[in-house]
Amino acid sequence: MSAKLVEANGATTPKIRLRGLCKAFGPKVVLDGVDLDIRAGHSMVILGGSGSGKSVTLKCILGLIAPDSGTIEIDGRDLSRLSRREREEVNDRIGMLFQNGALFDSLPVWENVCFKLLAQRRITRRAARDKAAEVLAQVGLAASVGDLSPSELSGGMQKRVGLARAIAAEPDIIFFDEPTTGLDPIMGAVIDGLILDCVKRLGATAVSITHDMASARRIGDDAAMIHKGRIVWRGAAATLGDTGNAMVDQFARGEREGPIQMELRK
Amino acid sequence: MPAPMGASSPLDRALDLTAGLGRFVLGILRSAGAVTLFAAEAISHIFRPPFYGRLFLKAFVEIAWFSLPVVAMTAFFTGMVLALQSYTGFARFNAEGAVANVVVLSITRELGPVLAGLMVAGRIGAAFAAEIGTMRVTDQIDALNTLSTNAMKYLVTPRILAGTLALPLLVVVANILGVMGGWLIGTQQLGFSSGAYLKATFDFLQSWDVISGLIKAAAFGFIVTLMGCWCGYTSGGGAQGVGRATTSAVVASSILILASDYVLTAMMFSR
Repeated sequence: MSAKLVEANGATTPKIRLRGLCKAFGPKVVLDGVDLDIRAGHSMVILGGSGSGKSVTLKCILGLIAPDSGTIEIDGRDLSRLSRREREEVNDRIGMLFQNGALFDSLPVWENVCFKLLAQRRITRRAARDKAAEVLAQVGLAASVGDLSPSELSGGMQKRVGLARAIAAEPDIIFFDEPTTGLDPIMGAVIDGLILDCVKRLGATAVSITHDMASARRIGDDAAMIHKGRIVWRGAAATLGDTGNAMVDQFARGEREGPIQMELRK
Repeated sequence: MPAPMGASSPLDRALDLTAGLGRFVLGILRSAGAVTLFAAEAISHIFRPPFYGRLFLKAFVEIAWFSLPVVAMTAFFTGMVLALQSYTGFARFNAEGAVANVVVLSITRELGPVLAGLMVAGRIGAAFAAEIGTMRVTDQIDALNTLSTNAMKYLVTPRILAGTLALPLLVVVANILGVMGGWLIGTQQLGFSSGAYLKATFDFLQSWDVISGLIKAAAFGFIVTLMGCWCGYTSGGGAQGVGRATTSAVVASSILILASDYVLTAMMFSR
């Protein structure tokens, strides 16, 4: 379990703190002042429709996109004030499961799984094979899968390998981008179970973005909803569907009528 | 009396034309600046660890070894055609004896590096753009960055270094086979004796002829791999975007090879 930092007023410093995060692509404003605290060791689920800004929020935290304004703090450190080296050190403690797996086609599965450890020279290539087998077992895959190419795997197996890659370096923050998208409900539940197990075992802080409500309830301690680039609600993930917030409840129940109107071209 | 709505005066049309031309020029300058910065960053990683020797070797083998058949055949047939064409042309001036000199100088100074560069642009430039472009649109480049790996250092630098070093080797082979093609036609079809043809070839060949061709080859290797990596790295828009990147890589490399060939020739041979 990662140590919790304590602020001057006695409150625990959130693992990740976003304040006034804004990002626009040309005239299209995607993030319009996102404020969010994510508690250390907890699992936060960020909900929202397509194009609501979930993925951009995640990419800003990961440093893949530079926000136009606002601050991102991890363990109380403002990422924009870090040197390149310090930023790399922060990223070294982060794992990420991409929506489509984003496995490297040119490498076998075992090398995908241990990519970060090999890149950081923390492990030899010989030892990486054993480590990959160990991590693959944690996500319910046989060691023989390690010798396959990513193109030989089914969608569910690719997600598992992506999860194995995300946890192999034992990060203390893990991001999950639509972990169950494209999977059948049973496989979705299996992946959720694996995510819960891995996060619990590592004591990591997890941030997932999804619009799969069943998945959100299963993997989340906390939940927040983003709509038109702003956080419009946050609360316990268990209350999703009965939050008293008309937007969240409409989204959770998948209702057509409500405060969220789809912009359809007539 | 004001002009009716929708109608434009000659002055407006001239201004529109000028503005369009300005946007076009600015676009080219912007792209040139972006490619230059991209190249500078890629080169800077050559001198900063970590070094990806395995990726360099893989790219080197891909360029030098697997491009060998196509470059060799191109050079061989070009040497043959050159011998035939120069013989029929020079026969008008009773200068058939210069065939061997023309073949060797054309191949080593110009055709070897240019044709090898164009062949590699079609094969390697397109392949790099497609591979890196696919990685871009499937989030693999983002994944690299989240896995403590600098994507430029990992994907671009080894390829550019490999291209710059591999193309001169290919051109050495192209030079040899081009001269052999000319020799084959000269001795089997045009009636030269083997010894006389080879003597004429090497008597007039100077080391600078070969070295200048190899310098050009290194420059073309750099251009081909740079444009392949750049077009792939900046691609977007799914499969269509990758297709566009691949086409752009080949077209841009080919044009830049021919343009830089002129510049290099002017620098190395003009008096």
